Amino acid sequence: MSHNLLTIRSAGFMVLMIVLISACEPVDYEKSIFADGLVYCSEGSPTSFNPQLVTSGTTIDATTRQLYNRLIEFNPDNYQLEASLARSWHVTNDGTMVTFYLRKDVQFHDTRYFTPTRNLNADDVIFSFQRILDKDNPFHKSVRGNFPFFQSINFSQLVGDIEKIDDYTVRFKLTRPNSSFLSNVGAPFAVILSKEYADQLLAEDYPGMLPMLDSLPIGTGPFMYREYRSNALIRFQRNDNYWAHDVAIEKLIYNITPNNTGRLTKLLTHECDVISYPIAPQEIRSRDDLRLEEVTSFNVAFMAFNTAKPPFDNPVVRKAVSLAINRQAIINAVYYDQAEIAHSLLPSASWAYQKPSELLPYSPEQARGLLDDAGLSQGFTLDLWAMPVQRAYNPNAMKMAKLIRSDLAKVGINVNIITYEWATFLRKLADGEHQSVLIGWAADHPDPDNFFSPLLSCSSARSGSNRSFWCNQEFDELLAKALLTRDNRKRRQFYLQAQELLAEELPLLTIAHAKRAQAKIETVQGNILAPFGGISFADASKQPKEGEEQ
Amino acid sequence: MMNFALRRLNLLFFTLLMLTLVAFSLNYFFPGSPIVNITGLVNANEAQLAEYEQVYRMDQSVFFQYLAYLRELFNGNLGVSMSTQNPISSELVTYLPATIELSLAALFLAMLFGIPLGFIAAIFHNKLADKSILVLAMVGYSLPVFWLSLILILVFSIILPWFPSSGQLNLLFEIEQVTGFKIIDILISDSPYRWQAFSDALQHLVLPAIAVAVAPMTIFIRLSRTSMLEVLDSNYIKAAKAKGLSTTKIIYHHGIRNALVKIIRDMGLQFANLMTLAMIAEVIFDWQGAGSWLIDSIFQRDYTAIQGGLIALASFTFFINILADFIYAGLNPVERYTRHGTR
Repeated sequence: MSHNLLTIRSAGFMVLMIVLISACEPVDYEKSIFADGLVYCSEGSPTSFNPQLVTSGTTIDATTRQLYNRLIEFNPDNYQLEASLARSWHVTNDGTMVTFYLRKDVQFHDTRYFTPTRNLNADDVIFSFQRILDKDNPFHKSVRGNFPFFQSINFSQLVGDIEKIDDYTVRFKLTRPNSSFLSNVGAPFAVILSKEYADQLLAEDYPGMLPMLDSLPIGTGPFMYREYRSNALIRFQRNDNYWAHDVAIEKLIYNITPNNTGRLTKLLTHECDVISYPIAPQEIRSRDDLRLEEVTSFNVAFMAFNTAKPPFDNPVVRKAVSLAINRQAIINAVYYDQAEIAHSLLPSASWAYQKPSELLPYSPEQARGLLDDAGLSQGFTLDLWAMPVQRAYNPNAMKMAKLIRSDLAKVGINVNIITYEWATFLRKLADGEHQSVLIGWAADHPDPDNFFSPLLSCSSARSGSNRSFWCNQEFDELLAKALLTRDNRKRRQFYLQAQELLAEELPLLTIAHAKRAQAKIETVQGNILAPFGGISFADASKQPKEGEEQ
Repeated sequence: MMNFALRRLNLLFFTLLMLTLVAFSLNYFFPGSPIVNITGLVNANEAQLAEYEQVYRMDQSVFFQYLAYLRELFNGNLGVSMSTQNPISSELVTYLPATIELSLAALFLAMLFGIPLGFIAAIFHNKLADKSILVLAMVGYSLPVFWLSLILILVFSIILPWFPSSGQLNLLFEIEQVTGFKIIDILISDSPYRWQAFSDALQHLVLPAIAVAVAPMTIFIRLSRTSMLEVLDSNYIKAAKAKGLSTTKIIYHHGIRNALVKIIRDMGLQFANLMTLAMIAEVIFDWQGAGSWLIDSIFQRDYTAIQGGLIALASFTFFINILADFIYAGLNPVERYTRHGTR
């Protein structure tokens, strides 16, 4: 009898199971919701929705090319400046006045929190820059005057005045000629905001409203902001009135997945269409349904020697240490070959780059000889700081430090690897407490000055971003001369001389230019990665596979 | 019954009071200034802080500070998150339902499979079925949830692409949050893709629910087995047998019903365990619930969020426990006379 009962029971289970499983059976979706939408799995949360306020790569990726435009842009193929919101521009012969002629047909985003009544005009451009320059501007105060990129290039001392010629013409008066000015205006941070939106926020007359300019963004870019949930997602909606071209993706979603393995899993299961900073490149390459893309970014990883402290105040010791480090081994082990040896501070794609006639070899013998010359034949102990975080230019500073430790042990140098929590690390570094450090730089635009001035000029030694505390008058003069001239051939000569000087003096050992990689499902078309200044989904689209119905 | 209810509510009240006391004292134990720890306002200026010091009576004795803290708590003010500066209460409203949803789904699965299996084991006491079910239960109980989750993802998402590995719903479906319970939100939404979204949400639920359900399921197996064995061994079953009732009738009419009553009480106890498992699974399955939110907060040393999460999760678990007690008491009159509400 109990047998009967069991049959009834198990039949009941079966029915329940079938109900459950059938509910889980994949149904034939309307393909369009998946074809028009794109999920990008990013590595972190943005800290703001206005790139004027931050320099973090994650924030730039999430904002600048999705939500905004700049007056001028860099062409991703030839790195030349080209028109964007300004249809053309003009620089006077003395290099001190730059005039931008604006497009007339550019609409700002029409969202649930703002409806524009007019198109972009000179007022918007002036507002966007005056906010940075004018200390009394309420939107300058609302962010406590914190514009890191513009402060690092001394923007407020460079720009004397911004003048409105007519509704569609704006003139920047510079206090001195500066050949990297245009590059800085084309950098991802120099976005154009809506003055009308700012005025509307100001009219609310409530202090809590002002930060909305940066947290509920309004721009002219291909996508509009819809929703952000911290550490979870960002939702963008296509801007149907985008001035430049039609945008194929209707819904763009950033699925914030800080975990590397998590991003890879989501790519393998097609939950993400595109992922940032993929791990396991071999696995991705081996699959037919996935594509791995790489661009050589404008970045450099280096080991900076604190030249203000012995023994690195002696160029001979710097050279000895440099000769003793096997950079090719680092490229293989730390970057898994996703990088090239850096022979100069500048990446080879830069117009001011020239392959040095004499490459710095890996030669422990020469290194030992130099150490003998410097009176350090007994060897010495060296503190090497390794940053605790992963960066595009250096995926694993700790591992790199260990490789360097074993290299240097061969020439009799003991290495102590030191690390701190990231914020502390940067603070102590700026104070010059280190002896040497593994760090790097990711450029914001392709102008060579962006590599030299912030990293090695005397003024950057004072402000703390020069990790070598190296200050060389000759080098500084070369940089200044290069900035004052507008003739690119002459500028290149100055930069070549500067690079030669660096090769002699070696205030830092350049290690690698890392490629930036991203992986995607093969159905995603269009260029997303750019060599500098963040990613862009404006040209991306999803093509259904052949034979798959749309 | 009245007496019983009062005793239970009394227990609930004092436990919650103790809990607030613990949470309140944390403000002083965490590093940093207590007022910042209570309010979570890390970027506040002097004037704002002074205003809140007034609200929390920081100039008076700790007792009054505690009373002020309780008052704010009852007003639903748990401070703001130190990392996002959003009110904790609204974050909890966003994230807690997702955890409850996952726990309920897992509880459902655990009972659906655990209780019948336990009954089967009891009916075939000491036979092959019993032993194999017990072995199964032992194995299931020993599997750590994080490991099981990863294996499920590996097998059913990556190797066999049957179920998604993360999230609650494909993000391309835009479902407005009303209740926070994804399934309910989808059903009440007016999205044209409602049914696709519903099916998508169910698919997302399968793997995490299984991962969370396995351990409690094995407990249900053992509970229901023991409970059924007790019932089958009891005098009224022997009497029924003596009267010549068929085994099917005995088990169906007397066995299952009486055994089930005992299990209901343990359901409440299981819920706390379930929430803990759900939190771990949430992190692995990228489930946007209170668990992953709380673990994020711990990483970011977001003390207000940790406190808020502690209070919310603990009171929710207490509440479920008491609820289970009430249901049990409703079904089992003998329980109402247990004294002191201590069982």
